[in-house]
Amino acid sequence: MSDEKLKSEQLADIDYNPPSKDWMDVKPVIKKGTFNYPAVEASEKYLDLPFSRKWDPRDDDWKLPENWKEIVLKGLKDLLGKYRSFKVFMDICVRCGACADKCHFYLGSGDPKNMPVLRAELLRSVYRNDFTTAGKIFGKLAGARELTEDVIKEWFLYFYQCTECRRCSVFCPYGIDTAEITMMGRELLNKLGLGIDWINTPAANCFRTGNHLGIQPHGFKDSVDFAVDDLLDFTGIRVEAPINKKGAEILFVVPSADYFGDPHYFGFLGYLALFHEIGLDYTFSTFASEGGNFGLFHSAEMMKRLNAKIYAEARRLGVKWIIGGECGHMWRVLHQYMDTINGPADFLEEPVSPITGTKFENAKSTKMVHIAEFTADLIKHNKVKFDRSRNDHWIVTFHDSCNTARGMGILDEPRYIIRSTCNNFYDMPENTIREQTFCCGSGSGIGTDENLEMRLRGGFPRANAVKYVREKHGVNLLTCMCAIDKATLPAVMDFWVPGVELAGVHELVGNALIMKGEKRSGDLRGQPFKGEEVKEHV
Amino acid sequence: MNAFYALFAVILLLLVAWVGVGTVDLYSLFGIIIPYLAFTIFILGFLYRIIKWAISPVPFRIPTTCGQQKSLPWLKSSKLDNPHNAFWTIIRMALEVLTFRSLFRSTRAELREGPKITYGDTKWLWAGGLAFHWAFLIIILRHYRFFVEPVPAFVLYLQSMDGLFQIGLPVLYITDAVIVVAASYLFVRRVFIPQVRYISLFADYFPLFLIGGIAVTGILMRYFTKIDVSAVKELTLGWINFKPAAPEGIGIMFYLHLFLVSVLFAYFPFSKLMHLGGIFLSPARNLANNNRAKRHVNPWNYDVKVHTYEEYEDEFREVMKEADLPVEKE
Ligand code: HEM
Ligand code: SF4
Ligand code: SF4
Repeated sequence: MSDEKLKSEQLADIDYNPPSKDWMDVKPVIKKGTFNYPAVEASEKYLDLPFSRKWDPRDDDWKLPENWKEIVLKGLKDLLGKYRSFKVFMDICVRCGACADKCHFYLGSGDPKNMPVLRAELLRSVYRNDFTTAGKIFGKLAGARELTEDVIKEWFLYFYQCTECRRCSVFCPYGIDTAEITMMGRELLNKLGLGIDWINTPAANCFRTGNHLGIQPHGFKDSVDFAVDDLLDFTGIRVEAPINKKGAEILFVVPSADYFGDPHYFGFLGYLALFHEIGLDYTFSTFASEGGNFGLFHSAEMMKRLNAKIYAEARRLGVKWIIGGECGHMWRVLHQYMDTINGPADFLEEPVSPITGTKFENAKSTKMVHIAEFTADLIKHNKVKFDRSRNDHWIVTFHDSCNTARGMGILDEPRYIIRSTCNNFYDMPENTIREQTFCCGSGSGIGTDENLEMRLRGGFPRANAVKYVREKHGVNLLTCMCAIDKATLPAVMDFWVPGVELAGVHELVGNALIMKGEKRSGDLRGQPFKGEEVKEHV
Repeated sequence: MNAFYALFAVILLLLVAWVGVGTVDLYSLFGIIIPYLAFTIFILGFLYRIIKWAISPVPFRIPTTCGQQKSLPWLKSSKLDNPHNAFWTIIRMALEVLTFRSLFRSTRAELREGPKITYGDTKWLWAGGLAFHWAFLIIILRHYRFFVEPVPAFVLYLQSMDGLFQIGLPVLYITDAVIVVAASYLFVRRVFIPQVRYISLFADYFPLFLIGGIAVTGILMRYFTKIDVSAVKELTLGWINFKPAAPEGIGIMFYLHLFLVSVLFAYFPFSKLMHLGGIFLSPARNLANNNRAKRHVNPWNYDVKVHTYEEYEDEFREVMKEADLPVEKE
């Protein structure tokens, strides 16, 4: 049974009827394809995390520390004291169920514990039991239950089956954000050494080398050199891509997958081409070689530890301000947390585009501008010329990434760029885009191979909306501004809607950009432009 | 099961009042002591809960943004759903509280052949919830007439609006009908929508039955069993002048009503009904999305162990030099 191939008809056969048994009596089942492997000890040790050990979620014994209960309850108390959000969200849910069918994991699995409200109740029930008068007196009647090892196992399963996408929060009458509750849950789990490898190992890499992939400085330089060569091949132009250059005007920080992953890389070529064409004085940094932040998926403290390098490097290099590349959760951190945790950035200047003179008022404190804001401004001021037909081989749609949609609101900048750089753009149905966008199903550090079944299930609503525009308009390119999407959606697309590729928005920019002295041989993937594939054979 | 327990609980409460007043004549207990006690618990409990929330820190500014951000001047931002300043945040909150905008947005997912998921609009919960709450609010405001003499103009105005249809005698208040229908709807959906039934606790049914019970006893005494209204006003004015006296002969239905109201008041601060206060303090809604323009301060921000550039360069200096990357120390 080990390697049965998953079939889409099977996965789409979803039963939304909850079981007859009360949810508190349903034990968690750790099943192949729906959980993530625990973190390797070396990574946890590198980060000084507690109770790192060898353990397996499939075993009965999770080797919890002796005083695990005390640790969790103390941790819970601590978090309740630190976060009004957590405390209020624990207290005010009326279980109206409005959020229930808004979660992609519930829609894709039918498992009632993936309804945001029930996911929250997994923790809320313990909160009631130990922190509320009603719960202490009336117990189960008040919705309280005792903290047991099974509860911990349930948390492990379902807090790593939430991608912290915040879609539920949009529909909740009180804005209850289950992502916030999941974050607290994960923080508690990590106090028991119950972290997963695809979060804690990238975090350890990032702490050491500056990026999740563990690429060392010379490796970073190789990648960038390689990109410069590729761009020469495709455009006939050799661009400069400065690294660790002191006194540059702008520090440019991207998610590491941009220079190492496919299809991210084509968008990376797009950045290089654009910055060359407008003559931007910028630099990469090998130390701040990651904008992404898997610390966010671990704890507020880990997020801060990993984020610190960005301002530190901006200060060391003496830049004026910072631009950040295409990435979802990276921007949640940069937009909603960075200034608070590692600011104030009073050693930087308020960002002004050196090309258009536009003041980025919205970033005047953080001093960090999203590349899409920067590029949209260039286009609006006619500072770049495009030949849209060079993207005619693509029929394009756009996936709003959860974090940038619901934790920031950058919705129209990318659409403006896309419309300026291609001729065929079709949005997906309105209940599946913008603030109502559906998650890729693999965000927040759970985009692993071992978790594939759950990812495919979680990706189902997104894929279904893509299928709609594919059938209606022949869409063959799903663009997005998120490194995790680009890494994980290809598998989801192949499974549910074969024939749709992924691309960053700046790949379209790089294709369409008219560069002085260019000799284009094809697009940034080395494919011929539309109409030119014929010529080759003549 | 939880629904039955909740129903029993409310029936039990009714019996308690029935026995207490109807057979043992405990007028002072049910007419004075319990109402005073319940009201005190309500006020203190409510304040306690609100203060506890209000003093807990808001380390991060984490509004859930539901529309285009304010960025470039020529891009139209969604002021209401992604407010960038305090003014629009207040408007967002006001509309949320008064019109339940988030619920209005709701969709109902359906899986069809294909497979294909559709998201139809669904306004039922929004309409039912809104009707329930507004009716409740207007009814409470109408009750104000028992506590002041002469009755203020706005209450008279509310009364006449509410009785606009002039049906029956005494005139039927629209809100009386609405609250019964809406509460019934909220109950019925809780029982019949499998997912909602699955998540429902005793604490979800109990307030519904309690409020339902209050509405029904209220309606019964107004339209059917009839009570001595001037005696009621004597009692209520006695309460607020701190010269309480419980007149006999108001009618048992009044005491049943009053007891359920007392229980509601006393129960309120310990229950999910506190969402009334909590919604105003929800950080996903009550903050402006201007994080990058205005720094938010975390009161408990503390230093953490970081990896410094110096440590980084110490580890990688040799490979950096080989790769012609500039270094701080040769
Ligand atoms: C600012 C004020 C308030 C807002 C915005 C608000 C909002 C809501 C919403 C959106 C729901 C969910 C829909 C539903 O289940 O009906 C709800 C439920 C409920 N509210 Fe309120 N509410 C407020 C004040 C109150 C007050 C003062 C009470 C007083 C008794 C109350 C009693 C209830 C009850 C009993 C339910 C549960 C209905 C159910 O179980 O289905 N609410 N409220
Ligand atoms: S929508 Fe909000 S209040 Fe309703 S069940 Fe979900 S979390 Fe609770
Ligand atoms: S944050 Fe997203 S994944 Fe998590 S419960 Fe809410 S909708 Fe589901």
